[in-house]
Amino acid sequence: MPKYLMLKHYRGAPAPTNNVSGDDWTPQEWRDHIQFMRDFAERLQDTGEFVSADALAPEGTWVRFDGEGKPPVTDGPFAETKDLIAGWMIIDVADYDRALELAGELSSAPAAGGKPLGEWLELRPVMSEPPVITE
Amino acid sequence: MTDADLRAAVPQVLGALVRRGAEFAAAEDAVQDALVEGLRTWAADPPRDVRAWLVTVAWRRYLDAVRSDVARQRREEAPPEEPVEVSGRDDSLQLYFLCAHPSLTPSSAVALTLRAVGGLTTRQIAEAYLVPEATMAQRISRAKRMVSGVRLDAPGDVGTVLRTLYLVFNEGYSGDVDLVAEAVRLTRQLHRGFDHPEVAGLLALMLLHAARRPARFSADGALVPLAVQDRSLWDTRLVAEGVSLLQTALAQDRLGEYQAQAAIAALHCDAASAAETDWVQVVEWYDELVALTGSPVARLNRAVAVGEADGPRAGLAALALVDPGLPRWAAVAAHLHEEDGDLARAAQLYAEAARAATNTAERDHLQRQAARLQR
Repeated sequence: MPKYLMLKHYRGAPAPTNNVSGDDWTPQEWRDHIQFMRDFAERLQDTGEFVSADALAPEGTWVRFDGEGKPPVTDGPFAETKDLIAGWMIIDVADYDRALELAGELSSAPAAGGKPLGEWLELRPVMSEPPVITE
Repeated sequence: MTDADLRAAVPQVLGALVRRGAEFAAAEDAVQDALVEGLRTWAADPPRDVRAWLVTVAWRRYLDAVRSDVARQRREEAPPEEPVEVSGRDDSLQLYFLCAHPSLTPSSAVALTLRAVGGLTTRQIAEAYLVPEATMAQRISRAKRMVSGVRLDAPGDVGTVLRTLYLVFNEGYSGDVDLVAEAVRLTRQLHRGFDHPEVAGLLALMLLHAARRPARFSADGALVPLAVQDRSLWDTRLVAEGVSLLQTALAQDRLGEYQAQAAIAALHCDAASAAETDWVQVVEWYDELVALTGSPVARLNRAVAVGEADGPRAGLAALALVDPGLPRWAAVAAHLHEEDGDLARAAQLYAEAARAATNTAERDHLQRQAARLQR
């Protein structure tokens, strides 16, 4: 019953197979794309595998500690940052193969021309509790 | 009346409803409703007979559900008769087999077992496994649909039941519900009604590991490996019970994987220190375990034991035959190289092992090992 994080990137991932910029999709193509995502999440709720999902705004602020008693330093957004995360979904599945299957399915969301987007999703295992029996 | 007493009655109540002809999935929902009502109202107003109360309330809920179904379908069938009395028979045993049915995925079997046999609420199970309650509710209702056609009267494969209970135990504690204690309780209950050396073996294994729990983590929450645990913290009462169960099971001469694992745990519990462990016997039990299961993890752990029994070079030779793709392979290699005096290689392997760890407690521990040697 491992959990996996599926990460979707605004940029930083290799080019999708259907490499047409989202700016050039028709409104109907956008609607179909978003509907696919909703249906996908709903289906995972029905199968008892859905944990959580969120989308992120493309731009944020960089923050760091700047010494006791001083306000934190802020900067950015940095245009040169290569990796930009668009959103995630966490799933709780039987095994790695099932996680692969679901990530593949999510990547097939329709895009320009109604054809699958084929974007690269990053699949990362979520750390679990340590097992009680290890010897 | 504690929650545990209340939960202990749940599988018997469910068994009673099913025996009276109630369909499993609907009966299980009704029992869950009754349980939730009991948890809510009993603190103020506890009934004299828990089981009878639960049967009465659950049966009423079941009839309500059947009637509303009937009304919806515009059928005119008469609902089943009101039950007259509660029998002393325990029907809960068959539920173990149904809830761990081979058609279910392990996570579904675990969830269904915790609810229908363990009497936990969906919310508690969801919290224990860190998933939303709606997700857990779906997982349970799908599991019930999967087993809806299975007859309750024939016991199935005890192996799947034991695997399910082992999973509950081994996932450990991660919320308000103590899954280790819950697994022990359910296995104990199964052991009372089902005489089988592997059931006893699994219960012994659980008790011998539960005994060491107080020593597993330091005060600041860091993982403490077996070799350096404060053995005075081990629960000697649980150890004694585990050893005695194991001896009785082994005497039946039907060895299985849980008895072999329990035997290894018992040898550790029997030693006053890591150095005083009878490592030669530990290796022999790993040989048995490998012969029984062919498990790569058992081979990996065997390499550790060989390293202790015959020296680190022998351990490394045993490790060379194990798949390096296993999650804890690098950690074992690091330990054996350190014992062998190759500290640079060990430090490098500990760091590698930390990157391969699948949980934060082990990762942090391995990171500290790497840092210790790199100083």
